[in-house]
Amino acid sequence: MSEQTIDLKKRRFLTNATGVVGAVGFGFVAWPFLSTWKPSSKAKAAGAPVDVDISKLESGQLVRVLWRKKPIWIFKRDENALLSLNSYEVIDNLADPNGTGNSKNQQPSYVTSQFRSIENTESIAVIVGVCTHLGCSPTYRPEPGAADLGGSSWKGGFYCPCHGSKFDLAGRVYAGVPAPTNLEIPPYKYMTDTLIRIGTDPELS
Amino acid sequence: MNNKQSWIDQRFPLTKVFNEHLAEYYTPRNFNIWYFFGGLAILMLGMQLLTGIFLTMNYKPDAEYAFASVEYIMRDVEWGWFIRYLHSTGASAFFIIIYLHMMRALLYGSYKGPRELIWILGMVLYILLLAEAFFGYVLPWGQMSFWGAQVIISLFGSVPVIGPDLLVWILGDYAVGDATLNRFFSLHVVVLPLILVVLVFLHIVALHTVGSNNPDGIEIKKVKDKDGIPKDGIPFHPYFTVKDAMGAVAFLWIFCAVVFYAPALNGYFLEAPNFIEANPLKTPEHIAPLWYLTPYYSVLRAIPPLFGSQFPGVLAMFAALLVFFFLPWLDRSPVKSIRYRSPIYKWILGVFVVSFIMLGWLGVQPVTPLYVLLARIFTTLYFAFFLLMPWYSTLGKTKEVPERVTG
Repeated sequence: MSEQTIDLKKRRFLTNATGVVGAVGFGFVAWPFLSTWKPSSKAKAAGAPVDVDISKLESGQLVRVLWRKKPIWIFKRDENALLSLNSYEVIDNLADPNGTGNSKNQQPSYVTSQFRSIENTESIAVIVGVCTHLGCSPTYRPEPGAADLGGSSWKGGFYCPCHGSKFDLAGRVYAGVPAPTNLEIPPYKYMTDTLIRIGTDPELS
Repeated sequence: MNNKQSWIDQRFPLTKVFNEHLAEYYTPRNFNIWYFFGGLAILMLGMQLLTGIFLTMNYKPDAEYAFASVEYIMRDVEWGWFIRYLHSTGASAFFIIIYLHMMRALLYGSYKGPRELIWILGMVLYILLLAEAFFGYVLPWGQMSFWGAQVIISLFGSVPVIGPDLLVWILGDYAVGDATLNRFFSLHVVVLPLILVVLVFLHIVALHTVGSNNPDGIEIKKVKDKDGIPKDGIPFHPYFTVKDAMGAVAFLWIFCAVVFYAPALNGYFLEAPNFIEANPLKTPEHIAPLWYLTPYYSVLRAIPPLFGSQFPGVLAMFAALLVFFFLPWLDRSPVKSIRYRSPIYKWILGVFVVSFIMLGWLGVQPVTPLYVLLARIFTTLYFAFFLLMPWYSTLGKTKEVPERVTG
């Protein structure tokens, strides 16, 4: 046997080098495992647009459809509802009535009317029915003056049963509730006057 | 007999382990009723593993079949309802025991040195158990399962910058669905139970290294007889194995009364909307998590959105859990047990317990301005208990701690 002394410095270097290479290897092996949690190709493909026929939609009526597994509300607002959306009693109590503050990414650029719908179709609202707080689906409470929602100050809108967030009939969030932003407006376009396709942008020219 | 024993002992330290942890493990002789809950927690872990294994034999972790498979267990499988109610009641009973077990530590200063590591392992166990219970509650795929999952998972979506991507990664889809249910099933029946069992083992190993605390908060190892045995200690086996067995019988008697006569316990153990299948289009009128999560849920609801984000509330909720870890270092009192603490400390601990219970109660109530205000007050008191502890724990006059255990 040789009388060679143990080179501790070299041994420590080799140990550390092995450790570093091992950690990198661990990271590479962890990646495929963590990736299995991402949406699968099938889940990604399931996001196809949905068509909704609104020819039979009555004033005040709301229908729910699933698009990308989220509830989408399509509802018709009457003249009074639209007037109330423009009244100072509503506007003054909203957190971001014009959608220019925290809520600026909550609607597509072509949703320009003050009622948060595509121009010239103001009565029809298309909104993602998912509360921007923690994802519950708010309840449709269109009746003005509902006693449990503040009586005469309630002008109709949506109430989230989970944490008490309130929205008006354009999905705009009231100030002082847990939800931080207005409800989201999905991309949608009119195929005909009575057929809406949800999940597709109109051709912008 | 002796031959067989030595044959094993030459190959595995059976007698050594038996003596070290049972027959010659010395436990303080002044244990009271608060010391039943550690053993009972292990009993409940065993109960949940056993009933869980049998539920898995009939349950289907598929969004389309999950709800029906639970109903199948309840109606068509022989004694299936019994196994399921043992498991669902067992979850709540487990938490009652864990909360009492933690209360014991608060009363007698069991988290203080040299038992910091036992406390930390215990807190990790507690948090994992909350996660385990949450995943379990999603599996029946009722309305509460679905919307509870929706709310809890959305918490992660509020993390700045990475939130939305993190959310999709956890869901495995763009909304709560089959992918989510399937992975929660894996976490609930494989990943977390394995970790829990290992951590319980470590919790006990750490305990047996330093020895149990007791209602007087005295280290019994300080006073030993000539053989090196603590004068105030008695062997765990047979004395405490028998005592714990008696406690288990008394507990199971109450437990079975709930399982047979009130398994939903008026909506506290199983909520009514969970008997309706999950519907992604409609949130139930009133949703609340199960009772053992509600104190933290109240903290979440108490914090208003700041800077257009719900994240501060989420941080506060996790902080309410994590702050427990620092308890051994926040407490500067020279004595361990409540018996010898200053009157000021007794009052403050009382306020904390009331705050915790009130937060829990508020968490199942609907949101009204009064309740939000109350939740904010009790949230403040909750955090004050921890954050002011370095200051108030040194205040007031403590009583003199005796040399030997009393009673």
